[in-house]
Amino acid sequence: MKLSSIAGGLAALVLAVCASGATFAQEKGMDNPRRGPYIDQLKGKRVVFVPLAMGFDLTEAWAAVLKKQAAKLGYTFDIRDPNWNADAGARAIQDVITEGADVLVTHNPDIQSYGRLLQQAEAAGIKVIQLNMETTTQTDAYIGADWVEIGEAGGRALVDRCSPGKGISNKIAIIQGIPTGAADVYQMRGLWNVLDAHPEIEVVSQQAGSYDPSKARSIMATIIQQHPDLCGSFGIWDSQEAGAGSALQEAGKADQVFSVTSGGGNETACENLKKGLFDMLISYNAPLQGEVAAAKVAELLESKDAAGTRKTTFFTPLTTITADNANGFNCWSLDDLK
Amino acid sequence: MRTMRLTQEGVVFLIALVLFVGFAITLTDFVSPGNLMTLLRSVAILGILGLGMGLVVVGRGIDLSMVAVMVVAVSWAIVIGQTEIGFATGILAGLIFCILTGLVVGVLVAYAEVPAIFTTLAMGSIVYGIGRSLFFTLDVQNVPPGNEWFAFLGRGTILGIPMAIIAFGIVAAVLHLVLRKTRFGRFIYASGDNPQAARIAGLPYRPLLVTQYVVSSCIAYVAGLVMAASVSGMNTRIFNSTMIYDVLLVVVLGGIGLAGGRGGVRNVIVGTLLVGVLLNGMTIMNISLTYQNLIKSVILLMAILIDTLLNPRDEQTSQQGDI
Repeated sequence: MKLSSIAGGLAALVLAVCASGATFAQEKGMDNPRRGPYIDQLKGKRVVFVPLAMGFDLTEAWAAVLKKQAAKLGYTFDIRDPNWNADAGARAIQDVITEGADVLVTHNPDIQSYGRLLQQAEAAGIKVIQLNMETTTQTDAYIGADWVEIGEAGGRALVDRCSPGKGISNKIAIIQGIPTGAADVYQMRGLWNVLDAHPEIEVVSQQAGSYDPSKARSIMATIIQQHPDLCGSFGIWDSQEAGAGSALQEAGKADQVFSVTSGGGNETACENLKKGLFDMLISYNAPLQGEVAAAKVAELLESKDAAGTRKTTFFTPLTTITADNANGFNCWSLDDLK
Repeated sequence: MRTMRLTQEGVVFLIALVLFVGFAITLTDFVSPGNLMTLLRSVAILGILGLGMGLVVVGRGIDLSMVAVMVVAVSWAIVIGQTEIGFATGILAGLIFCILTGLVVGVLVAYAEVPAIFTTLAMGSIVYGIGRSLFFTLDVQNVPPGNEWFAFLGRGTILGIPMAIIAFGIVAAVLHLVLRKTRFGRFIYASGDNPQAARIAGLPYRPLLVTQYVVSSCIAYVAGLVMAASVSGMNTRIFNSTMIYDVLLVVVLGGIGLAGGRGGVRNVIVGTLLVGVLLNGMTIMNISLTYQNLIKSVILLMAILIDTLLNPRDEQTSQQGDI
């Protein structure tokens, strides 16, 4: 072979490579064939959220996360705020059934009221996610805390502190929220699972505070008068337990009484931990729950299955927060989510 | 001939006394000074609201917007307090809000002659709506840290008596003096007893009505400040609770007739005491919420029933009618 023909061949090769351009230039990746269809099929869909009420850390955090995803993927996200009124909530769900929607996210006031309605929604082709507070009716998904586990964890912590020889006494007090709600029903089951196995722990009072800190305050003020040697306190929700904590501080018993509660891990709860209004917070991290729910919303919107075909449950992770680790990811602020 | 007639106030006082003695015998430490303070303390806020409601009811009106005014004004004060403007200015702003709301209600009732029950029912929702949409988005407001003087209002004690009880005492004493010793007070009784006669006699009937609603708004604000100071925050969710009816109950139970012109501060105190003794005793006995509500309702019904038996409706009440 002649040298000139080799040179000519090389030149042709270089030319060909240059002409093809792309392969020789910087790597620019390639189109993801799944991305377009994924985004397109979510456009124009409708998701409705019916919370207990807006305006408090949990629902605001969930809504902020869900809203963000809706804006990104181009589906509509409506909030129907019944403002703590179960009747108004039921009407809102009925409206959603009439108007039609693709996914309904509910946060239920108790384990019964919305049950039948959620079944109707599924029958009408609306997929239903129950968020953190479930009803006895199982729907497409439950995403939220495992209340039984929270109750058990709180119970174990109290047994640990108030067993004979450990605390000032074996007495503990329980302040529930609204006794018919999932958070109450299942946390109490978990707590009593532990307490039944430890008969040495004496429950001196089990009262309900209706999620109101000032009610919890006066209940705890009465209890601590009757039982100045109280060792532990179990509160159903941090927002309410802050009231019980201020009664304990006022009575000068905040150091003596070990108080356990649970909540979404908002920075207010962390401040209350540092102030000593309670000693241990079992956090279900509301923004994290929001992310899990957002993933489920996208999955249900994408799925071609009819509503109610597959019923799933996912218990979101729990973190035990004390004054020592009340920081960073454990204590989120609403402004950062928005 | 002077016969001993047991008034409703007397009936309620007797029931409260019977319960008190019963609890004192059966429950250990019920009569300890600590528990009695707790008992009074837990109903002090209800009592303060009752005083405001009592004033309006004596003047033949009703103020169902008190709880809304209380939560919105105090929440607004706290929200302002969280900014650099400062909490003291916030508290002043809240007070101005209360006065304005009271003026609007008063003018609607006195000059537009809209029945008070509808005006205040609607105003409650309007005030709460304004608050939720314009003043704050979260339904629990936390008092900004570093306001020790404010915390003292809720958690402090003077001579061992909690400030909440002292606040109740002061409002009660002032209102008693106003109702019994001032011309304004006597005018309220006169206009509540018989509005037509009061106007014919030349009393400034409409301005009187307006003043009543301004005063009840301001008393609601005092109750709210004490409440916010006790738990370092204001929970606006109580607007959705039955609290306003509990307030009305304390007033009516104590014997201030809804027909107006009757009763006074003592009735509110007696009504408040009964509710306080009942709640405290049932909490100590650790009765569940459902049974507590049942027992509370039955005792309240009993009190009204006994009153009806002892003091049958006469011609005057049937003419005026009850609400």
